[in-house]
Amino acid sequence: MLKVSFLKIFSLILRDFDLPDGEAVAVSGASGVGKSLILRGLADLIPNDGEVSLDGRSRSEMSGPDWRRLVTYVAATPGWWAEVVCDHFTDLAHAKELAREFLLPEDIFASPVAQLSTGEQQRLVLIRALVQSPKVLLLDEPTSGLDTEATAMVEKRLKTFLQAGGSMLFVTHDMGQAKRLARRTLHIHDNTIEELPL
Amino acid sequence: MPITLTYWDIGFSAVLLILNAGLSIMLQLGVHRQLVISALRMVVQLTLIGYVLLKLFALVSPLWTGITALVMVGFAGYEIMARLERRFQGVWGFGLGAGPMLFAAGMVTVYALTTQIDATPWYHPRYSLPLFGMILGNAMTGISLGLNTLISNTLRERASIEAQIALGATRTRAFAPVIRQAMRSGFIPIINAMAASGIVSLPGMMTGQILAGVEPGEAVKFQILIMFLIGGASGIGVTLAVLAGAYRLTDDRHRLRLDRLTKA
Repeated sequence: MLKVSFLKIFSLILRDFDLPDGEAVAVSGASGVGKSLILRGLADLIPNDGEVSLDGRSRSEMSGPDWRRLVTYVAATPGWWAEVVCDHFTDLAHAKELAREFLLPEDIFASPVAQLSTGEQQRLVLIRALVQSPKVLLLDEPTSGLDTEATAMVEKRLKTFLQAGGSMLFVTHDMGQAKRLARRTLHIHDNTIEELPL
Repeated sequence: MPITLTYWDIGFSAVLLILNAGLSIMLQLGVHRQLVISALRMVVQLTLIGYVLLKLFALVSPLWTGITALVMVGFAGYEIMARLERRFQGVWGFGLGAGPMLFAAGMVTVYALTTQIDATPWYHPRYSLPLFGMILGNAMTGISLGLNTLISNTLRERASIEAQIALGATRTRAFAPVIRQAMRSGFIPIINAMAASGIVSLPGMMTGQILAGVEPGEAVKFQILIMFLIGGASGIGVTLAVLAGAYRLTDDRHRLRLDRLTKA
């Protein structure tokens, strides 16, 4: 379980929030209110103050990289550091399996990153995080560039991830998706975070 | 025998500059003002440094020689800072250029003066200041390029660096390509200078010695020594500056800290 006793990112404060294993919680709010900030703060990617723990282990006891391997943030803007797709994956066999599920062409791993469409990039960065088997996924608009069919496949895989004991926090503008995956939402408004049922 | 110049000689050479200014007025280039001002600046600055050096050579004081060297580092550090599009906030903005430069140029100068150039005393300003100046100027160019590449590539590769960090990469791993590129670009000026010297350009110091009557063979030996010193100092300075810059662009939680740069 991901437990947030207190988390302060700039002027945004999150108090007493629990994310049990197997549960997904949506993060909602208007553009620019700080939805991504919450995710980035939880992943410890930006300076923040607070007490966060995973399965009873405090974040401050772990190094940044160790924490982020368990609590992995996937940004809305995909980042690539090599020229060819396959060089970004630790477990290529597993990645190829997931790519099939996500309706990606077989030969995509041999393509240069520059030739990928937005939707392909989005699915591939999600796969990149999934093959590392994190405990918690922090997803920033994971399906914003996908068609209905691909979105359904991604959501299906995310449900499998939850059933296997993972948990996730995701930003979405699609209320339908929020309801399909989560029962609660963290709603940000005027610098305050409110927990609401969906 | 060295040839000395009279003020008339300098006056004759200045005629060329007046010709240039005339051209600028005739062709409406609008640069005659700047041309004259920068020429006057050059004359005043060089005359002043001439007197300063004269005084320093008469004193042979380690204190005043050291102070002069520090002032030179100060100007060079400011120059590096001013050339950066985005720089580090606070003392790091100045220190990241000036610190490595002082260390690298200082160390190499002392090394050269104590082991290769037998001046007595070893800190004699006649040898130490010109040497330090040449080394410093070249280290400055290298460090400036290195830091500039580090910062602009980090900004450009921001998504790629953050993606790696988000997946659990350490800062060393996420920054390795950017650090490599930055160091490479810092090395380029000295590589170019070494490759071109003797064919494309006759280095200024060597030319100066030859004009002053030194045998070309001796002048060449001196120039080669200087090039090695410059190369050494550039390398040390660039490495230190780029590594310190990368260290400052991240923190102990291995986060990317672009907030430590000044706003665009």
